[in-house]
Amino acid sequence: MPLVVTVNGARCERAVEPRLLLSDFLRHELGLTGTHVGCEHGVCGACTVLLDGEAVRSCLMFAVQADGHEVETVEGLAGPTDALHPLQAAFREAHGLQCGFCTPGILMTLIPFLRDTPHPDEHAIREALSGNLCRCTGYQNIVAAVSLACDSSLRR
Amino acid sequence: MTRRYVGERVRRNEDARLLTGRALFVDDVRLEGMLHVAFLRSQHAHARLNGVDVSAARRRPGVVAVYTAADLGDYWRPGPLLVPPPPIPDLVFHPCTQVPLAKDKLRHVGEPIAMVVAESRYLAEDALDDVAVDADPLPAVVDLEAALAPGAPRVHEHLPSNLAAHAVQRKGDYERAKARAHAVIERRFRYDRGVSAAIENRAVAAQWDPRAEELTVWDTTQAPIPIRNGLAGLLGLPESQVRVVAPFVGGGFGPKIMMFYPEEVLVPWAAMLLGRPVKWTEDRQENFFATTQERGQIHDAELAVAKDGKILGVKDVFLHDTGAYDPYGLTVPINSQCTLLGPYDIPSYESEFTAVFTNKTIVTPVRGAGRQHGVFVIERLLDFAARELGIDRTEIRRRNLLRPDQFPFNNEILFQDSAPLTYDSGDYEPALDEALKVIDYERFVREEQPRLRAAGRHVGIGVVCYVEGTGIGPYEGARVTVEPSGRVRLATGVGTQGQGHFTVFAQIVAEALGVDVGEVHVVTGDTREFHWGTGTFASRGAVVAGSACHAAALAVRAKVLDLASRELEAAREDLVLEGGRVQVRGVPDSGIELGALAVKANPLRGAVQPGTEPGLEATAYFGPDRGSTASGVHAMLVEVDAETAQVEIKRYVVVHDCGRVINPMIVEGQIQGGVAHGIGNAFYEQLVYDEEGQLLNASFMDYLLPTATDVPNVETTHRETPSPLNPVGVKGVGEAGAIPTGALFAQAVEDALAGTGVEIREIPLSPNRLFELMNQAGR
Repeated sequence: MPLVVTVNGARCERAVEPRLLLSDFLRHELGLTGTHVGCEHGVCGACTVLLDGEAVRSCLMFAVQADGHEVETVEGLAGPTDALHPLQAAFREAHGLQCGFCTPGILMTLIPFLRDTPHPDEHAIREALSGNLCRCTGYQNIVAAVSLACDSSLRR
Repeated sequence: MTRRYVGERVRRNEDARLLTGRALFVDDVRLEGMLHVAFLRSQHAHARLNGVDVSAARRRPGVVAVYTAADLGDYWRPGPLLVPPPPIPDLVFHPCTQVPLAKDKLRHVGEPIAMVVAESRYLAEDALDDVAVDADPLPAVVDLEAALAPGAPRVHEHLPSNLAAHAVQRKGDYERAKARAHAVIERRFRYDRGVSAAIENRAVAAQWDPRAEELTVWDTTQAPIPIRNGLAGLLGLPESQVRVVAPFVGGGFGPKIMMFYPEEVLVPWAAMLLGRPVKWTEDRQENFFATTQERGQIHDAELAVAKDGKILGVKDVFLHDTGAYDPYGLTVPINSQCTLLGPYDIPSYESEFTAVFTNKTIVTPVRGAGRQHGVFVIERLLDFAARELGIDRTEIRRRNLLRPDQFPFNNEILFQDSAPLTYDSGDYEPALDEALKVIDYERFVREEQPRLRAAGRHVGIGVVCYVEGTGIGPYEGARVTVEPSGRVRLATGVGTQGQGHFTVFAQIVAEALGVDVGEVHVVTGDTREFHWGTGTFASRGAVVAGSACHAAALAVRAKVLDLASRELEAAREDLVLEGGRVQVRGVPDSGIELGALAVKANPLRGAVQPGTEPGLEATAYFGPDRGSTASGVHAMLVEVDAETAQVEIKRYVVVHDCGRVINPMIVEGQIQGGVAHGIGNAFYEQLVYDEEGQLLNASFMDYLLPTATDVPNVETTHRETPSPLNPVGVKGVGEAGAIPTGALFAQAVEDALAGTGVEIREIPLSPNRLFELMNQAGR
């Protein structure tokens, strides 16, 4: 099936099988391997990307469902000069990642959350993160990173 | 002054790559013409395999090859015994290692039967439906005690029973101790299985280059060097013609060790045979069946105590579930056996275990690696003894802790590394004091708890102690090179799964060479860069590889100073190495850059002194005599909802001693993650097998990992009792957080339910299970 989708601002036109998952399309067709796959049943959240600005699990969507939409992945977060996005910088500062496998999905979950909730308390941050599994960090430093990112000094 | 890095909260060198999605994980490997693999796996826990018909699968368009055991020819052979058991007298051990593809018999659900190679993973999975398996189910061996009953079905029919191993280790005379005990506490304890649940599943990709006659394998392994050497042997290639790369690995936790998993052995073989790159990536459901697991044990234990609470002796007889095969030897049950002794002075000990084959996934170490069980047994026994003797829980521990003047302390039994279980150093009582102070134990039990209980609330406190044998040998190595750019390159064999190797090792080297930590470029886990060493396991990376980095950096430092001394015509003692340059003390404009020295050390013309080695480079190795023993105290406040049996963790305090801390930020991260893993083990995670050996909760929908709303903030305090066994003074920390959590959970929850008669002798719990225990006690 024909597919036209905007990914990180660039228009992509491809013919794909209807059953191709969006996660596999991004990773294997477009080479955007920053989006990770951890469970393929929508629980771990590692594959989270933005679809028209909202967080979705790319393992639970077919690529063709993204036809005509805009997708943003972790590769689109940092600026063209490779300067880290303030949220990425806060993760580094607060040691909010260890193996880093779940991290892209967590970042993409947090982008719309922080857009809609610029000043969350710890409870709200933990609720927002509760759909993303991390086995390394115990979440504590992820929460700290989000708090840090909300500090105005780090805002873009 | 040379900048200090060791001991500092240095931000991680690897983070930018991981945060931007540029870091390479194995499934990210994409190569021209790459083929994809899916495995047909056993649906039966135990069955006779009569035949496998793959003809229809082979005919399916897009399928390139389908292999069964019969197609492997001489390549079919059981995997290696990874860890031969220590020389325990009268040890019985039957090694039965996993096979690449099942032949004749199926021994656990998920055991691979056939391998499909196709143009895409989608097509490979389609073809799995075309394979016809002819198998006759056999009664499954699931329960540990039933497995040893006479007439039980046998997992390995060439053996007389399902007994995989039997070992007894003794210290002193327990029976005499028991005879003069004031009280003997006897209980049965159970611990059950969970998954390691790294968020990245396993993956293997392989490419054969016929011109260079070189095989490259990308593998989510914790031990690329043993995998390289083993694959070279299996495939008949020189070791130098096999390159194994463990790039960024998304969590290890034990099961990604050098297993020689079937997939790990078959994917490279297929890539050579087919002349095309081949990749397999495990999916989450496969991970529940095909990646190793841990923690099924049943202990019958007794503690002999004097009236004052002093331990006279411990006896423990336990069963250990090793799953369908036992390639990892006895590491897990021996860790249980050894770690039970904890930080206590236990004069007599008798520990006997029987490892049992079952029709379940293979058991190998998972973060803690059997230590949990030992800690659970001794800590629970002390809790029950304290209650019986009317002594405070923390006081009975205090009375039995080893004193600083008792180190090195020989426990008189053998550890997993075959060395005597001797603790190198420790200072336990101040750690207990610190934990009690931080959690405000006295005030809680005297004021807060009675007040809240009077208000009908079920609040409890727990305090447990533990030790962790870490940093075992045999050895690791490192090569440090100053490049002409002035940057420093560090290569070591131990791959990373998130522990911060790119930073911690860089800190050690940067401090020794007086360069910025960001200027140390670390390469790990690529056998082309470094091919001597074993791997990342047993909380040993910082201890063993870190010490090798230290030694290599000091050797390079000596070369730098020697050369600079000649170039600057100054005595070595007058030279200062800092800011990436060497200068004569007190003469700021006298200096020479490290990069310029590196160029001079590698001349294109002229003569060099006899015996001179080119470049500013050194390779060094480090092997400790034995492991170093880390320790700690965990304390927790909980509240139990009597209606729902849900447990809320109010506070979680860790006082931890891993010797000299290289990077407190990273150590705290390791502890926080370990505690979360331990909380999962204690209250959320349990693999549920039915009596036919079918796993009933093989998905993240049904198997619950703790989420951000389940895990508390951990309040960590570091204590530093340096290890005398390595020059940096470090001990390991990777597993620490996960080890005492079950024991702590049990004690705190039981305390919250004091007066109800609930006694917790099993882990994992769950709200359901706790509710059952409360109802049983209430009857």
